[in-house]
Amino acid sequence: MSKVVVVTSGKGGVGKTTSSASIGAALAKAGQNVVVVDFDVGLRNLDLVMGAERRVVFDLVNVVQGDAKLPQALIRDKRLETLHLLPASQTRDKDALTEEGVERVIEGLRERFDWIVCDSPAGIEKGATLAMRFADVAVVVTNPEVSSVRDSDRIIGMLDSKTRRAEQGEKIEKQLLLTRYDPARAARGEMMKVDDVLEILAIPLLGVVAESPDVLTASNLGCPVTLHDPASPAAKAYTDAARRLMGEALAVRVPTEKRGFMERLFGRKAAAA
Amino acid sequence: MLTTETLPLPRLRVRGRSFMALVVAPELPLAGWMAALDAQMRDVPGFFSNRPVVADLSAVAAEARDDLAMLLEGLEMRNFRLVGVEGAGEALLAGTRWGRLATELHGREIFDAMYGDRPQTPESQASRPKSPEPEPPGPALANSLLIDGPVRSGQSIVFPEGDVTVIGAVASGAEVIAGGSLHVYGALRGRAIAGVNTSGEGRIFCRRLEAEMVGVDRLYRTADHWGADLHGRPVQVRCDRGTLRLTALD
Repeated sequence: MSKVVVVTSGKGGVGKTTSSASIGAALAKAGQNVVVVDFDVGLRNLDLVMGAERRVVFDLVNVVQGDAKLPQALIRDKRLETLHLLPASQTRDKDALTEEGVERVIEGLRERFDWIVCDSPAGIEKGATLAMRFADVAVVVTNPEVSSVRDSDRIIGMLDSKTRRAEQGEKIEKQLLLTRYDPARAARGEMMKVDDVLEILAIPLLGVVAESPDVLTASNLGCPVTLHDPASPAAKAYTDAARRLMGEALAVRVPTEKRGFMERLFGRKAAAA
Repeated sequence: MLTTETLPLPRLRVRGRSFMALVVAPELPLAGWMAALDAQMRDVPGFFSNRPVVADLSAVAAEARDDLAMLLEGLEMRNFRLVGVEGAGEALLAGTRWGRLATELHGREIFDAMYGDRPQTPESQASRPKSPEPEPPGPALANSLLIDGPVRSGQSIVFPEGDVTVIGAVASGAEVIAGGSLHVYGALRGRAIAGVNTSGEGRIFCRRLEAEMVGVDRLYRTADHWGADLHGRPVQVRCDRGTLRLTALD
């Protein structure tokens, strides 16, 4: 039984594409047959993050419009043979997508893959609504700051009203992935805490990914962090998130501040003084 | 002996009855609007006959003040039974034979008549309850709407038919408008308006006040107008002798 996952957020720059690639790679590493679909037509990035930018021939728009067959547009990852990419078009815009076309493509993908991870564009317009339209599960990517949280809240409302599942009266599963979390700043009260975000959004927590240079390094190298540096805390958080998506009951680890011995010593002293 | 005893006068009975009046709102240019009206009346003859009509002149009163009498004349020629005008001061029609029309007719909008043209986002339509059977208008608001979950940012719940209960929070950027009272079993962070149809009888109750704006009937307050001492507390909002009163419930 294949599952369609939409990775969405409303706000831009919170880490949707990075998270799509990292979770997709983690699922594929666990032996699942995975395709990651870039819905950001006109601003395609997923191919870069997955290191396939030189291999794009046909794209999602070509398949939606019937100019290419699905297997022609799918790109198999060179590192993991169960991981595939369906890239977006860089030259077209989001109006090139139609609901019927997207439905046909998703149906075609459902026959081939266990997991279809849809990387949504930012915003709440057509591109974003089409990316979520046929999803079974939504991963809501949020940064611990008020604007991102409010935009995510808006997106959750749309997931509950504009998806096919919601229209048919079924529940769409929504899970929160908190990214770019900085435990030190959260401890100092400069950033929203995990509980604050959960209290506002009121959906289950899929994972917390700490702000980390590892993620940016991996993205720039065109390799999802879960493949590039599996031992890094960010990769572990994404891998755990993927395992939770597969149904494993795994407690969420919230990153805590790492302080050196001296720092702790001085911190104590300062507190005592 | 002659007494000037008068016969007891019969006791007058005054009964109340509500009617649905149609509101027509002419627009400029008047000639074009009249032509459109004629065309529409050809399509649905008898739509206006025997119905009380109120003319809403707010869109034309300023520009066409000299033509208002002619406009109303034109409406009567088409067998409109004018019972009142809106949006034009008494002075504008003083001296004409329309000067005696009521200018302060109160009433409430019948919502179902507005369904078609009310600007709504698809989401707010989705979150609207199914259109209830048309009810006789009146103060009795037996209906209530239960929302079994949070109201998300960008959603708009409009329920003029009665009370609204939300099991969850009302998010920042969301709005809930209730004809009666509004109960929020969670944090109220967005906008909340109660009592739009009970002229000030409605109240707002919330578990935690963090709202952008609260209102009852036509009285509003934004977060700037209540002190930090109420922020985050369970609060009741009600209309008391013409002012909005916020009181903590704990």
